Amino acid sequence: MNKKILKRFDSLRLEGEKARSNVIRPGSTIIQVGSATCENAAGAREIREEFRKHIASSGRADIVLHDVGCTGRCSLEPIVGILRPGERPVKYQQVSREGVHRIFTDHVLHGQPVAELILDGTQKSGSRYEILFCRGERCGNLAARGLQARLRERLEQRGVGADVVAVQGVNFADMCVGESKFQGGHFLVRPGNHLYRVASDADLERFIDEHLLADRPVQELIVQEQPIGQNFFELYGDISFFNRQSRIALRNSGIIDPTSLPEYLNAGGFHSLARVLAAGDPDGVIAELSASKLRGRGGGGFPTGSKWQMARKEPGGEKYIICNADEGDPGAFMDRSMLEGDPFSVVEGMIIGGFAIGASRGFFYVRAEYPLAIERIENALAACRKHGLLGEDILGSGFSFDLEIRLGAGAFVCGEETALIHSIEGERGQPRIRPPYPSQSGLWGKPTVINNVETFANVPVILEHGAEWFRHIGSDKSGGTKVFALAGKVNHTGLVEVPIGTTLREIIMEIGGGCPKGKRFKAVQTGGPAGGCIPATHADLAVDYDTLTAMGTIMGSGGMIVMDEDDCMVDIAKFFMKFSADESCGKCTPCREGSKRMLEILERITAGEGREDDIAKLERLGLLMKRTSLCGLGRAAANPVLSTLRHYREEYAAHITEHRCPAKRCAALVRYSILADKCVGCTACARNCPANCIAGAAKKPHAIDPERCIKCGRCFRVCRFGAVERN
Amino acid sequence: MSRFQPTNACQRQAIDESRATLPADIVDYIQKVEGQPHPESQLISVLHKIQRHYGYLDRAHMDAVAHLLGVPAAKVSGVATFYHFFRLTPRGKYVISVCMGTACYVKGADKVLEKIREELGIDFGETTRDGLFSLEEARCLGTCGLAPVLMINDEVHAKVSPDKVPALLERYAAQP
Repeated sequence: MNKKILKRFDSLRLEGEKARSNVIRPGSTIIQVGSATCENAAGAREIREEFRKHIASSGRADIVLHDVGCTGRCSLEPIVGILRPGERPVKYQQVSREGVHRIFTDHVLHGQPVAELILDGTQKSGSRYEILFCRGERCGNLAARGLQARLRERLEQRGVGADVVAVQGVNFADMCVGESKFQGGHFLVRPGNHLYRVASDADLERFIDEHLLADRPVQELIVQEQPIGQNFFELYGDISFFNRQSRIALRNSGIIDPTSLPEYLNAGGFHSLARVLAAGDPDGVIAELSASKLRGRGGGGFPTGSKWQMARKEPGGEKYIICNADEGDPGAFMDRSMLEGDPFSVVEGMIIGGFAIGASRGFFYVRAEYPLAIERIENALAACRKHGLLGEDILGSGFSFDLEIRLGAGAFVCGEETALIHSIEGERGQPRIRPPYPSQSGLWGKPTVINNVETFANVPVILEHGAEWFRHIGSDKSGGTKVFALAGKVNHTGLVEVPIGTTLREIIMEIGGGCPKGKRFKAVQTGGPAGGCIPATHADLAVDYDTLTAMGTIMGSGGMIVMDEDDCMVDIAKFFMKFSADESCGKCTPCREGSKRMLEILERITAGEGREDDIAKLERLGLLMKRTSLCGLGRAAANPVLSTLRHYREEYAAHITEHRCPAKRCAALVRYSILADKCVGCTACARNCPANCIAGAAKKPHAIDPERCIKCGRCFRVCRFGAVERN
Repeated sequence: MSRFQPTNACQRQAIDESRATLPADIVDYIQKVEGQPHPESQLISVLHKIQRHYGYLDRAHMDAVAHLLGVPAAKVSGVATFYHFFRLTPRGKYVISVCMGTACYVKGADKVLEKIREELGIDFGETTRDGLFSLEEARCLGTCGLAPVLMINDEVHAKVSPDKVPALLERYAAQP
């Protein structure tokens, strides 16, 4: 163990702490505003400016505006957090300019939260304290549940009511870091961010007597080392969307300022790197990663430890490490969010990777469509270079490593690793046959490790808290959590990080809140254009790499598009096939021709011109592409069709034989007509018809001329009497 | 400065002409990467810079890049046409990128698109006659939680509906 490195790191950390406390002085009121692409699109820039003006005109030096990344509660952005000293943090949703004024005057200045703007309507109770009981698996789930019940009983016996304390159970799977087989429970007390570890009834009594009733936290029962999720739950633990999640890869997103190295250091950042460099044992790092059962988060699910091991044992001095941030799957945005919300964690993971495999140079391959993410990475790299965390002789360890950004240019196939390598080399991004694998012969023919953003973000935490802890969070075959981007027809869209092995039902119905407008949840599409659809009847499926493969889809990078009864599965399959046909690089025939012909067949089916043998043709072509395409893109391109054929064959049949679209989505197969007994002759449909094909006098039933109808559906949407029928 | 070392006055003049074709900062950038390993790998970065500067990739600029970076012109054009992000024709003052990602699609991006087409009378890849708006298809802007979205230049607009389109376009058209 090289003590000099650790000492140098400590002085860096102290420097960071000083820099941070100069910005956020103790006792300040903090106004947190999200700053990420999605937050900005929702108006975060304007409200930040508005807060800045309010702070300036109040003349108060103890009110600080703090930029944080995005927490992933997309549908309710922009989100603002108000942290007054000694009080529970309050988060507000969909804050507008007027909202800023009310929040600032009522809450920031006068301590009265604006109830109707509070995120998810939380903090309804006026309790002074809030206790969040961990229901995580590790330290004895049952023991914790028993303790929670006993605490409730005791509070009742002692007559401590809801005005003093509110208790709820939450799912942090990561509170018990650093211990094993503890037969007790953990709970977080807000405000104050005190994490308690309790085992007996006597501990509970002491907690009630001293902390709740006398306002003296019981130091002996408080956990001193800071577990990974603590700061997140201190801020967001009262919100059900968040407190069912386990924040590991997203540990800092929405908490720290993503542009500030001091804040990352303060959150425990770069400690793993310092320890790894001080120990000087690359094989140890790889062994730890292998033991953690971390699998590639970009979609392939290849064990990260094995990949690193392969590159490490290749001879030769020149090796490379690449972060694949070419998040091309439509419907996936976790990489963008991580890079915008916590870029330093990815950088740290990459430096550790470089050390482990023996690389001295690395690349970020980022989509050009993510300008803010690129800016944040650039900023992070500059800060790291300035403080000796990148470049020559990192932290005085003798290890030199630097990172460079390379931009993609909108080619989906560049997510495939050999195509990505060609793109970095300045070539057309076309894949090549493997083997040799990049870990043997990659960039410029040298051993190269390519990992996804999320994979790298997990590395520092695994080394900090140990493989055993990480493995325990996930399933038998893969450790840790997975971040999913939940979008489509779901109430709470956003980023959801849950242990691998969590069921679809929990993700979509409980965290996501089900489909909007009371519609029926029909299917979920995972894995983007390379994935498939899982019907609602399989909602109890535990999400893991292997279970998804068995369902004919893939984990992919983690996009989850929820679909309801209005979505037509043939149409969705057509959508993805169009994507794949557009994005096929053209190098190999099965993918280039296969995707085009499959698209033609699907277009024909949705246009009502399907032929008897089309289903058989689709299956044959799909299997051919799967078996003979050169790269992963072609091999997986048929998945959306094959999986919908497997689960929704009758929908295809209805299109072909009955010329009917059961979901009423395919325009060519839908007919509009007016029910004379319901029509009151309000003329709304006729006035709105762009084709002028609705006739009828005022107050008399109208009629649609089916010959001229362009099936735009506008009459159906504007009719308030339910007189327009669609079938 | 080029990997291709000029040996006579004629070649030197050709190099000078290529340098004069490109903006000075891009010429400097090429010169900088010349000294680093694998300078030809910077081709895509250089094309990004040109597109940022001019809004598109002109034939003359691509030829100059080929000349200065020492890569065949055929390769430059091969790369420029392979990647969707690069345009070979000038674009309007405001580029409207309508996200056609899955989440936007299921939330009705096609209807928003239809409305824009109707309002501007242009299709994907086209520019309005007055040079004000260009229409493009975006793959996925990664803002799926706020679908459907579209981006006008660098500004992302969330939860767009067909009836919001006219006012939105109006706002840009009215800007000086």
